[in-house]
Amino acid sequence: MITLTDQIFDPGAALTTFSAGRTESGAVASFLGIARGEAGAAAALELEAWPEFTTAEIEKIAAEASRRFSLHDVAIIHRTGEIAPGEAIVLVMTAAAHRREAFEACDFLMDYLKSRAPLWKKEHGPAGARWVEPTARDLADVARWER
Amino acid sequence: MTRVLLFGRLRDLAGWRETELTPASASLAELKRRLAEAWPDLGAALAGPGVQVAVDRALARGDVALRPEAEVAFMPPMSGG
Repeated sequence: MITLTDQIFDPGAALTTFSAGRTESGAVASFLGIARGEAGAAAALELEAWPEFTTAEIEKIAAEASRRFSLHDVAIIHRTGEIAPGEAIVLVMTAAAHRREAFEACDFLMDYLKSRAPLWKKEHGPAGARWVEPTARDLADVARWER
Repeated sequence: MTRVLLFGRLRDLAGWRETELTPASASLAELKRRLAEAWPDLGAALAGPGVQVAVDRALARGDVALRPEAEVAFMPPMSGG
C-alpha cells in the first residue's frame, strides 16, 4: 500500500494498523525519515511529486522488494508539499517471516526512494531555496543492490 | 498537441509546470529543439546529464516517436525520502 499525502501523519498509528492481525509474520520492521532543521539552515522542505506516476513507480519498487525479500506485506507513506523540521517525511514498513528480510527490505526501499522514486525535494532556508539532488552516498547506497 | 510537464528545478528554469504545444511534435528530439528555442535555459538543462523523460507515463531512452496527443514529462534527478 503506497500513500502520498500532503498532511502530517501519525507514524505510531500507521505502525499499529500495519502490525495488527498478523499471526504468520514474525517480524515487522520500519524506518521513519524526519525533516532536519540543519540548525536553522533549513526552515522548510518542499516535496514535489507527480502523484499518479510517483505512486506507480513506488509500487514497482515495493513489488521488487516483496519479491527479493519474500515479504508478507509492505506499506509506504510519503509526504508531499511543505514539510517543517521535525515532521515525518517518510515511513516504510515491512512484514516478513523473520527479522533479517524485514530489516533489509526497509534498507532497500529507502535507498530506492532516495534516488529512484519520482520525487523532488527543495530546501528553503534563510540563504534562499535550493533543489536537493542525490548525494554520491545516496547513489552508492542504491548501487549496492544492483551488483 | 503535445502536453509537456516539468518537475523540480526544470519547472523553476522554465517558469511553468505544464504546457500544451500545437502543432504536436513528432519526436522527442524535435520537441527538445522546440523547447530549447523558446526557453534556452530549459533547453540547456534538458541537454545536460541526469534528466529522465517519461513519454505517456513510461520512461523513455534516446529519441522516440511521439503520438499526436503525447504527454512528455521531463524529470531532473530524483530525491525522495
